[in-house]
Amino acid sequence: MSSNRLQFGNRFTVRQREELVAYLLISPWILGFVAFILGPMLASLGLSFFETNMFSWKYVGLDNYTRLFSLDTTRSLFWKSLYNTAYYVVFSIPLTIGAGFFIALLLNQEIRGRSAYRVIYYLPSIIPGIAASMVWLYLFQPEFGIINWLLGLVGIEGVRWLFDTRTAKLVFVIMSVWGAGGNMLIFLAGLQGIPTELYEAARIDGAVAWRQLRHITLPMMSPTIFFVLITNIILSFQIFTNVYVMTSGAGGPANSTMMYVLHLYLVAFRQYRLGYASALAWVLFVILLLFTLLVFKSSSLWVYYETEVGGERS
Amino acid sequence: MSSTTASMHNLSTSQNQVRRRQHLVTHVVLLLGAAVILFPIAWMISTSLKSPEQVKQFPPIWIPDPLVWENYINAVTIFPVPFLLFVWNSFFLSFGNVIGSIVSNTIVAYAFARLRFRGSKILFLLVLSTMMLPQQVTMIPLFILFSKLGWINSYKPLIVPQFFANAFYVFMLRQFFTTIPRDLDDAARIDGCGILGIFWRIILPLAMPAVGIVAIFEFTGSWNWFLGPLIYLSKMETFPLALALSYLNATYRVLWSEMMVVSFIAMLPPLLLFFIAQKAYIQGIVVTGVKG
Repeated sequence: MSSNRLQFGNRFTVRQREELVAYLLISPWILGFVAFILGPMLASLGLSFFETNMFSWKYVGLDNYTRLFSLDTTRSLFWKSLYNTAYYVVFSIPLTIGAGFFIALLLNQEIRGRSAYRVIYYLPSIIPGIAASMVWLYLFQPEFGIINWLLGLVGIEGVRWLFDTRTAKLVFVIMSVWGAGGNMLIFLAGLQGIPTELYEAARIDGAVAWRQLRHITLPMMSPTIFFVLITNIILSFQIFTNVYVMTSGAGGPANSTMMYVLHLYLVAFRQYRLGYASALAWVLFVILLLFTLLVFKSSSLWVYYETEVGGERS
Repeated sequence: MSSTTASMHNLSTSQNQVRRRQHLVTHVVLLLGAAVILFPIAWMISTSLKSPEQVKQFPPIWIPDPLVWENYINAVTIFPVPFLLFVWNSFFLSFGNVIGSIVSNTIVAYAFARLRFRGSKILFLLVLSTMMLPQQVTMIPLFILFSKLGWINSYKPLIVPQFFANAFYVFMLRQFFTTIPRDLDDAARIDGCGILGIFWRIILPLAMPAVGIVAIFEFTGSWNWFLGPLIYLSKMETFPLALALSYLNATYRVLWSEMMVVSFIAMLPPLLLFFIAQKAYIQGIVVTGVKG
């Protein structure tokens, strides 16, 4: 009887010990979460109601927000920078996802040199963003850049790229397509996870390549596309290094490349308007949250999970 | 009988022909794409060896003649501080973060993968929810905090947070740890291993490939990091290569060859690492990308 209780007691302490050790082991993350994520997030929200450069503090209520949303571009570059960023995101995402998917489809065949292609297409994602920006700056140079020269070869008159408000944003869209290899790798892994029996069955049914793509590949890949879409939206919205480097931190000409995070950076660390910059940061956070939720909500319309596909089959 | 085998043979050769033609088209498209990808990199190297006149020559020159190797000497002596300082700073930043992320993320991931504790599910969801958080929303209070601590112009704000785990790596390592059979834990427990013994003797040695992936990712990420150093470092002797390059761009925008030289040098370490550890690299992306 008493030995039984002792055993029970022992087991209880073993579990308790495990729990204690577990909390101890995850404590770095808990501390980090409080000190570097949750705390700063709340502080950022609080700061957005102040006007401060760290030395003087003034409570201004919602003034930062009313100013931020003001349509007067001499007072606020919020709408301008949001428009520029949205322009970039809207053009860059379909192109990078499309290109990444297309290359992945090509590489998902038994062809020679597959791993070499994979390495080459992934290279732009390895190179420091600033080094890549330097080269592209030279390539897009209006007077002696090779891109205008190549355009000239096919009879197109060169444009002034980063020096023209109409083409400046396009430079960054083009650069993003150059980096589509990151998406390609994820798509390729997804494609290799599709059971080959599905294609064999389709072939016996006489389905041509296009119909196989439409009815097998795309539905089976939709969870991967969903994941890539969300990460791409969040990351493209934060475009910074290329723009900072290639426009000398000015976002010109005439603010045509003033991206959201560049604007935030300049307000915070050049003008030291830390309260206003915090308001900008929180608005960005909310925008990204809304976009993510929107994609999540829409996913029931276009994302198929394997169980559903299985259900269709039977 | 023989006629059917003959027709089957015919069918398969014509199928082969179709497939071969298809592969030829695929190769042409892929090679064109590869050329577009490699072109800027080749152009960087070519330009790094051009004379100032050749840089601006129109139509452009593919292979500079003569090769101006002095550009490399010019580029590394153009700064008011020794160039090797930038290289050292970049390595310091990268290795500091590699150590920090390995130490913190392996133990956190181990607890989430193997130990039973109250709230583990909710806490893990919380970890995942921070994965996509835009860093801008914490950037300004952290800047205030670190400057109050007197950490500006030091590497502390850039390295210390990495010692407190990171959602992305915790997730990736946990995925790897859960694939290690639990029988091994049980066997070790019978041999008298405690919770930490199992981690140190079983999980960590078996998860070395995953730990390697974390190290490679973190090295490349820190080496290429721009915004963090830009915010916290303003004295030139503290610059990593990325900031040195930005300084060069801001100060001597006409020195294209020299900028390409420094770009090339800054690109080399992550590139070499990628070539050496390509398999691990791609596996890491696949695990975190698809299972995410």
